[in-house]
Amino acid sequence: MTSTAPSAPHAHLAQLNVATLRYPFDDPRIAPFAEMLDPVNAAADRAPGFVWRLVEDGAADATGLRPAGEDVIVNLTVWESREALWDFTYRSGHLEVMRRRREWFERHVEAHLVLWWVPAGHRPGVGEALERLAELRAHGPSPRAFTFASSFTAAEAAAHRAGEAPSRQPG
Amino acid sequence: MEDIDAIAVLQDPVRRRLYEYVVAQGREVGRNEAAEAAGVARTLAAHHLERLTEAGLLVSGSRRLTGRSGPGAGRPAKVYTRARGERSVSLPARDYRTAAELLAQAAEEAGLDAGLCAAARRRGEALRGSAAPCGDLDEARRILAARGYEPYAEEAADGPRAADERAIEGPGAVTDGQAVAGRAGTVVRMRNCPFHAVAERFPPLVCGMNLALLEGLLGTGGPVSARMDPRPGECCVVVEASKNNEH
Repeated sequence: MTSTAPSAPHAHLAQLNVATLRYPFDDPRIAPFAEMLDPVNAAADRAPGFVWRLVEDGAADATGLRPAGEDVIVNLTVWESREALWDFTYRSGHLEVMRRRREWFERHVEAHLVLWWVPAGHRPGVGEALERLAELRAHGPSPRAFTFASSFTAAEAAAHRAGEAPSRQPG
Repeated sequence: MEDIDAIAVLQDPVRRRLYEYVVAQGREVGRNEAAEAAGVARTLAAHHLERLTEAGLLVSGSRRLTGRSGPGAGRPAKVYTRARGERSVSLPARDYRTAAELLAQAAEEAGLDAGLCAAARRRGEALRGSAAPCGDLDEARRILAARGYEPYAEEAADGPRAADERAIEGPGAVTDGQAVAGRAGTVVRMRNCPFHAVAERFPPLVCGMNLALLEGLLGTGGPVSARMDPRPGECCVVVEASKNNEH
């Protein structure tokens, strides 16, 4: 299936955020964060509109994967809608983690969160996710890579793709 | 409709009572119920509720209030809830929201969460003045109501089950309006975030500020305490009896 229909049921919202650890992951100062991981991930798994999150093989989460650097943890998820992702991120127990982020993570000067639309059923890889983040950092928000503060709808993303498409379709 | 015109619609005392009643319920309210609460006839209440809807202060829908559906369930009744938008008027024109958003953006970019929270906690303490820490949940509700948080009491069963029960019973099933002091498992929740517009744009920063402000306002180490427990559509904080309040 390569449907590019703009209607909402065919598109899901992918989100990547990166966080640079201030201390090694097993440092006692990181422990309060590590302790919140399981309950918060469990809350995500049963949150309305949750579709998928990246988990390392044989682990409960993705904190062991370090595709963006040894001290950078990544969080890659897929949701049915922007509202579902927003409500989980900022209106669930996850907000408490966010509130205390400065205790555990370095401040990022560049964007550390990126959103983009994917076809329903697609599981974005880490490479794809990091490309979107790089795109956001390089060019600012666009229908291909955006943020909560400047977001685009699935229909806008589809229209944007359609606008790029002709040059890519040989005969 | 201009904000000032919409607000002027509340000048009529009956309309104002109806509006305040609907807002305080935090759920859809039917015409009969609103009329009864405001002490006016149903037709008059219907007229004023429609005026409030036209002004964009309420939104209306229709629902079968019996809870039944299908043939024989009766005609759907008109119901009202508060509109989500904000109305404000400043004379002369001032624009504190833009100032707040710019300051929040700068604080966010500079990572100033800790400093902002410290300032908020001090402000909360200053607002409390020389008063002792808040003594019980009823007092907490008065303090919070005075600052626009629209507090209400809720029986908190433990864990996610409570959320399931809420979804079934609706928010009307809580113990709103009753004395709540000393009742085990009761929490005070807040329907309104006074910092809503900025909190939506910078949630961790502004919600953290809000929690610190409330900690200062209610006092820490006293009989009640505030903690973060966000839920869609409400303030991020709940207030409850302190765990170590037994001695």
